[in-house]
Amino acid sequence: MTNNTPVISCKNIWKLYGANPESYMKTVNPNASFEEIRADGYISAVRNVSLEIQKGEMLVIMGLSGSGKSTLVRCLSRLVDITGGEILVEGENLSEMNEKELIELRRNKMGMVFQNFALLPHRTVLDNIAFPLEMRGQDRHECRERAMEVIKLVDLQGREDYFPRELSGGQQQRVGIARSLAIEPDIWFLDEPFSALDPLIRREMQDEFLRLQEMLGKTIVFITHDFDEALRLADRIAIMKDGVVEQCDTADKIVLNPATDYIKKFIEDIEKSRIVHARGLADPIADEDVSGEAIDGNATILELSRQLVEDERTNIPVVSGKGKLIGVLNRKKALDLLFGSHNGASK
Amino acid sequence: MNAFNLSSSNGLLVKKSFNLGTVLWMLALALVILKFISWTMGAGLPVWLSKPPNFLVWPFADWINAFFNFISEDLGLKSLTRLFASGVEWFLDITANLLYGKSRWPRIGPIPWTVIAVTAFMAGYALRGWKLGILAGGTFVWVAVMGQWKWTMETMSVIVVAAPLAIVMGLLLGILAWRYKNFENILSPILNLAQTYPHFAYMVPVIVFIGVGPKAGAIVTIIFAVPPMVRMSLLGMKKVPKEVIESGQMSGCTKRQLLWSVRVPTARTEILIGVNQVIMQCLAMVVLASFIGMPGLGQKLLQLLQALKIGRSFEIGVTIVLLAITLDRCSKAWAEKQPEHFERGTSWAVRNKMLLIWLGLMAVAFILAYFIPIAHEIKRTQAFSIAKYLDDWLDLFVRFVQPAADWLRAFLIVNILIPLREFYLWLPFWSVLAFFGFLGWRVGKLYSCLVCLAYVGLIGMSSWWDRSMITAYTVSFSVFVCCLIGLPLGIWASANEKRALKVLLICDTAQTFPSFIYLIPVVMLFGVNDVAVIGAVVVSGMVPMARYTIEGLRGVPTQMLEAGQMSGATTMQSLWNIKLPLAVPTIMIGLNQTVMFSLFMMIIAAFIGTQGLGQELQRSLSAADVGKGTVLGLCVAFMGLMIDHMITRWSKERKAALGVE
Repeated sequence: MTNNTPVISCKNIWKLYGANPESYMKTVNPNASFEEIRADGYISAVRNVSLEIQKGEMLVIMGLSGSGKSTLVRCLSRLVDITGGEILVEGENLSEMNEKELIELRRNKMGMVFQNFALLPHRTVLDNIAFPLEMRGQDRHECRERAMEVIKLVDLQGREDYFPRELSGGQQQRVGIARSLAIEPDIWFLDEPFSALDPLIRREMQDEFLRLQEMLGKTIVFITHDFDEALRLADRIAIMKDGVVEQCDTADKIVLNPATDYIKKFIEDIEKSRIVHARGLADPIADEDVSGEAIDGNATILELSRQLVEDERTNIPVVSGKGKLIGVLNRKKALDLLFGSHNGASK
Repeated sequence: MNAFNLSSSNGLLVKKSFNLGTVLWMLALALVILKFISWTMGAGLPVWLSKPPNFLVWPFADWINAFFNFISEDLGLKSLTRLFASGVEWFLDITANLLYGKSRWPRIGPIPWTVIAVTAFMAGYALRGWKLGILAGGTFVWVAVMGQWKWTMETMSVIVVAAPLAIVMGLLLGILAWRYKNFENILSPILNLAQTYPHFAYMVPVIVFIGVGPKAGAIVTIIFAVPPMVRMSLLGMKKVPKEVIESGQMSGCTKRQLLWSVRVPTARTEILIGVNQVIMQCLAMVVLASFIGMPGLGQKLLQLLQALKIGRSFEIGVTIVLLAITLDRCSKAWAEKQPEHFERGTSWAVRNKMLLIWLGLMAVAFILAYFIPIAHEIKRTQAFSIAKYLDDWLDLFVRFVQPAADWLRAFLIVNILIPLREFYLWLPFWSVLAFFGFLGWRVGKLYSCLVCLAYVGLIGMSSWWDRSMITAYTVSFSVFVCCLIGLPLGIWASANEKRALKVLLICDTAQTFPSFIYLIPVVMLFGVNDVAVIGAVVVSGMVPMARYTIEGLRGVPTQMLEAGQMSGATTMQSLWNIKLPLAVPTIMIGLNQTVMFSLFMMIIAAFIGTQGLGQELQRSLSAADVGKGTVLGLCVAFMGLMIDHMITRWSKERKAALGVE
């Protein structure tokens, strides 16, 4: 990542619901718990959240229902006005934008996909996708051309003239995705886009989504309540509970070093070797002996299990995808992760 | 569950301390006993105890008249309304010229009946299929063949103007109410009142402001049809999913784009249901507007009914029913019609097949009409009428049932109606007031108690207490009969699915008829008197009772029935112990509608008998007395609102307690 200014950066943002949130905001203790605030008659949907999202990064916000993740993404897109704190989008303060600037921002830079698709029932697939372009007042012909391009992108050729009602759930969400991509946004919000779909379709859509992301390289905020989905897709995961981000890190680090008890509980039943990559478990190179055949840092420990069992070196070199040496993997640590440590077994 | 626990744990307390409810109940009872005792001793209660005391009867009518005079003359509202009326008249002249050749601009009418019938057929065909097409086209063929073309077109020319105006006004008001919460708060009590305000009461101020005739008929129709449209568009706007709006915002919609490109189209179904209701209300009102000189089917029916020409009025009745069904089915089909796509590369001709067929058929019809006069217009002398045969048949039928009908009429009047009426009039005012206060207390504690006291109290203050009691007696007796017939009918119909659907279809259809229609058969059977009125009320009021009974019984969750079966309940046991208790809240909503229908019907039917509020309302109509008309209308509306308040509240709480939707 060459450019280091974050695309979205939020500092201590709050979203309170209640009788008079603004004045309450001034008096509230920044470390107050959800229950303490509720006792005062306010619901803290988002509480003191600070995050930075880099260009081209996919941040997955994960949490159970009611954890505030949907509200957080609505704060980032300003569908909901925050009560306190500051959100900068490409350096500009989101809360200070007026109506016109906000509309401009959404027309040119932001796209959003919704859980229940939120398609307009009276418009065809093509017209739904062209909708944001029409709203910008673009020429009809151009709108259609661009919409057709996006339709190809999401593999819906031949369905242009269908109405949403005539499509399956998966197809409807493809329309939703296409609509959000029509204006070529830089920032892409997805609010539980696959939660309303059947498990098989969900899997297929995730693959499709990864393919798209590889092609487009957008900055993405992805909301989900499904931990497996988060693990599959995310560069970094932010886990939320009661409006607070409990931990925000890569999957490897969350699994290896859970920050709070809540997260410990969360990852308790997860097969860690399936998640953790060699690069995540590897130690920086010190003066150990790092000779011999190296392993791929992007492989999970589970994928490497056979090799790890058969290899007899204490330390195994780990290389990045491009073949650059990035660290050494302590074989015992990896085996402990695979089979449980001796202590763990005797417990 | 909580509610039960609370009331049982408070049970002791309630018994010890006096609450308002018991006090009112005892008061009501004590007064009745007191009056009874004094009556047996040959004396009466002092007048201020048994009737609303004089100092409480305020001259509302005079105040309203003064107010109306002030705004219409001094503030010049009259010229404003007349301006609006002349705008409406301009539209009316166009449709009148096109539909029945009134000699006004653009002077190209009348359109041949064949063209209109073909157009109606195509509308039905395009909306639902050939069955609806035949119904719609057939209706107009019937009208033409029966020689009722001109009257029907007089009626249609008003609907064609009034409905679109009411739709636009209703939609705009609905959007405003959705946009500005304050406006909604002002509007919603008015809308509630409008639902229970009798038809005739709308007409009185219109006479004053506009006068009589088609123009006034059109305007009263518009006013009458706007409220349901406001309601439905408000509901539709509120029902648009939040996500859809957010998706619009994220697509960069401005506020205006969000309203017209996202909210309104997404609320399409509700808005179109509103359109359906507007059209039906228009038809109902336009028929009744004959009382203020609106020509057309209603006027004809009124004349024929008053002249007891049963066969002819039956023909017109059929026309009105056919029109009602056609308009209802077509507009519902429109609301339900979902967009469908054409395959890519479909040619223009195929995409616009309907349009082309319509144009083709119209061309044929025009050519036919040009060369063959009868395809252009069927004159009265050429028309076909079955009135004579109908009269013969009906005579035969009536002669056959006459003894039974006469006996029933005499029995009802002597043994039930007169005693009941005397009893209602005998009841002391204060005891009726206290009794409704008590009912209110039972339903919704202090709030409902005050609501009921206020409504009954205001009726008492109106100087129409006795009239109101007469209306109350006829309505309550009719509602009782409605339940007696409607409930068993509903239970019988819901026994199997097929039958239930059939009866529901009949109920749905019957509910679309303008209430006027129900008078035809009862006048035929009983002549012009009280019993006929009650008959008409019963026939129209039974429909919602049966309908909601069926829906309530059908709505009982299957699991509960299965649980009952597995507990070994017989069919009867499961009906009494599972189905009916769970269906009661829904049945009560039916009862509520029955009361409303009965009230409306009572007022409409007043011109063939009864001495209740309806009769006075019609007098105020002919005297163009706004104050009196408004007060009487409000008396009717307050009765309706009070019953509505109690039943709705009770039913809602009961549903919540039962945990059924």
